[in-house]
Amino acid sequence: MLNSRRLILAHFWLAFAGFGLALLLGEWQMFIRSPLHAWIGDPEWYYRSVTVHGTAMAYVFPTLVAMGFGYTITEAALKRPLVGIRCAWLGFGLVAVGTVTAVVPVVLGLASVLYTFYPPLIGNPFYYIGVVLVVVGSWIWVALMSINLYLWKRDNPGRPVPLAMFANVAGSYLWAWTAVGAAIELLFQILPVALGITSTIDAGLARVFFSWTLHAIVYFWLMPTYIAYYTIVPRAIGGRLFSDPMARLSFALFLVVAMPIGVHHLFMDPQVGSGFKFMHSVFTALVALPTLLTVFTICASVEIAGRLRGGKGVFGWLTALPWRNPIMLAVAFSFVMLGFGGAGGLVNMSYQLDTTIHNTQWITGHFHLIFGGAIVIMYFAIAYDIWPHLTGRALVSFRLMRAQLWTWFIGMIVLSFPWHYVGILGMPRRMAFYDFTDPAIAPQAIPVMMSVAGGAILVISGMLFLAILIRGQRAPRITPDEYRFSVAVHEPRTVPLALNGFGLWLSLMVGLTVVNYGFPIVHLMSMPGTAVPAVIVGAGR
Amino acid sequence: MSTERLFSVRNAWFTTSVTTVVVIAVAAALAGFIWLPRLQTNARIAGVWDAICSAAGVLRPAPATEQIVQANYRTTSVVLAPRMLRNASAESIGRGATLALRCTMCHGARGLSQANSPNLAGQYPIVIYKQLQDFRSGARASAVMAPLVTDLSDQDMQDLAAYYAYLPRLPGYHPASAGPAPRIVVSGAPMRNIAPCGACHGGLDNKTGSAWLEGQPAIYLQAQLRAFASGMRHNDISEQMRNIARQMTPAEISAAALYYGSQP
Repeated sequence: MLNSRRLILAHFWLAFAGFGLALLLGEWQMFIRSPLHAWIGDPEWYYRSVTVHGTAMAYVFPTLVAMGFGYTITEAALKRPLVGIRCAWLGFGLVAVGTVTAVVPVVLGLASVLYTFYPPLIGNPFYYIGVVLVVVGSWIWVALMSINLYLWKRDNPGRPVPLAMFANVAGSYLWAWTAVGAAIELLFQILPVALGITSTIDAGLARVFFSWTLHAIVYFWLMPTYIAYYTIVPRAIGGRLFSDPMARLSFALFLVVAMPIGVHHLFMDPQVGSGFKFMHSVFTALVALPTLLTVFTICASVEIAGRLRGGKGVFGWLTALPWRNPIMLAVAFSFVMLGFGGAGGLVNMSYQLDTTIHNTQWITGHFHLIFGGAIVIMYFAIAYDIWPHLTGRALVSFRLMRAQLWTWFIGMIVLSFPWHYVGILGMPRRMAFYDFTDPAIAPQAIPVMMSVAGGAILVISGMLFLAILIRGQRAPRITPDEYRFSVAVHEPRTVPLALNGFGLWLSLMVGLTVVNYGFPIVHLMSMPGTAVPAVIVGAGR
Repeated sequence: MSTERLFSVRNAWFTTSVTTVVVIAVAAALAGFIWLPRLQTNARIAGVWDAICSAAGVLRPAPATEQIVQANYRTTSVVLAPRMLRNASAESIGRGATLALRCTMCHGARGLSQANSPNLAGQYPIVIYKQLQDFRSGARASAVMAPLVTDLSDQDMQDLAAYYAYLPRLPGYHPASAGPAPRIVVSGAPMRNIAPCGACHGGLDNKTGSAWLEGQPAIYLQAQLRAFASGMRHNDISEQMRNIARQMTPAEISAAALYYGSQP
């Protein structure tokens, strides 16, 4: 039962349109920095492009996908119309207006600060106001998810919350708390300087606040992907979800351990003590827990599908899987990339190993592999899965979808593996210019060119994805069945109170945040003489 | 189920999850704040409390046994912010014009020098202000400038800065064009940690406190870069220019100076 189809489609289309544009910028950035192109002579254009690419890909695209998917889940899983549809449109409007507000000053060269803000660099205030509007729009979605769950629970006392909705609301709460760090940084530190009220900023403190957001935001991006693993994949490939409580536990654990870990982005920052760095490192390692739970449960669910299709023996079920089904292909690719990305992440989260690759292209490779690869390929799968239900038209060509997923997978591997390699060689990230004529870095020219080729494959794949969706909008009309989520082997009749709500997990999340961030923040705020003069971007123009 | 209470010691989910999280947090804290710091042989950690403070990032005074190296020269004490000295009043500019009469001998009647002294017409006000402050404090040494600035008040310096910033940047005497911008100006030398000159000094971008270089006498620019490289001049904030100039080759120094000197 999908009533708010226009609302959901609006979210997805804006998300994918932004994704398409930002994808082109990404490839352009790589191309002009590579030995394949002469140096453009002005780093400013590169940084403008990186800022738009990052802002669109990190803030706008995944947020809109999570919002649109969240509304889909609310209606399809709770089997009732969304409450607060006007507010939902308002939230969408804020995100759309915020995106334009943020991008215009960047394009004009007034806010090339990159999406991570990098204070004491300060850009035009409208850039930050735009980002704040995007976040406020998404908070409306958080509130709506919470309200819809509350109303359903009131009308269905004692019944287990459908897994998809449980996971969806977990994701929204994670985002609400995650975004607080960057919101504090923007509202109380950066915007006063950008608006000319103050002229200095405590960059170290600002970085601590941003780290609060920076890592957990990745798990917010990951949420739709994990929801798809648990609630779409088993159904789409004709299997059963191995365990419903295990799924709930994974999402609850993500709430707890995703938050108090961001300082591993600040391992090289002097303003945070080594003890806190170690604690954040430990909790980062604990993310392996919900991740491995998920890998186990999904592999088991897929095995059930393989055996139901007649697969026998230790490995026979693998060949029996429906490999021609795009969702099957997507989840396999996603797991491979999650595996490699996760292995690389073990290096990043280790206080000692990180010193080798901190701020190198390794990091760029890592988050493109995890986010652009493992996560985004499941966004494609989600879109393919729900598109017929949204448009009332069939997506006919599985061949095109498979080609798109294959090219995305190959492109992402070819893009990110050489980045990891040059990162180990010490190539710094976010530089506009590399002098490949210098013998010291000349050998990096070949892997860098390989990355550019990987990016080109991704562009082809991204365009193919958009083409498939556009084609789907023009296909003959059909009447799709009711949208369903996976059924567990043992459908829960009751679930423990702890796994039917969020009180316990949210308390642990906030508590751990206070333990892991409280002292560093209070300490830095109380230290005198830590503010530095802001550097205004584009002031000379 | 309706009678079940979540936040209760009788609820196994509550007790297990909270206990697990607390145990992990405490174990991580013990390791990170006490055990690991005390394994460091070079960290001069006296006791448990010292280890905790050190790991928490509390600033501690340097050990008394270690000599703190002090520079035997003055560095600048001026702090620059992006919007400083903007929008000067007409009075300020007028006072600056009167004060500037004593500068004309070297810097020209309208701020354009014919004597290889810097052209001041159209220079950013904070640049002039900072140099005047540095000449007075001794952070920048000059036998010519030092006596001229001793009796200038802070307001006088602001007025002078406002006056010269107000003057139009007219092209003075320029030798033949030096051709396309040299590599050091546009690209810098990333492998030697040299940012492009143009990224701060005009051409690509201007950063707070960086001087307007286009049309300055090439001889003057070259002399300043050499002085930065040798450490003779040391009034750059955070050693920015010394670190750059030290890494530049003599050929790059003269290429950059010639290029900026020939720009309109």
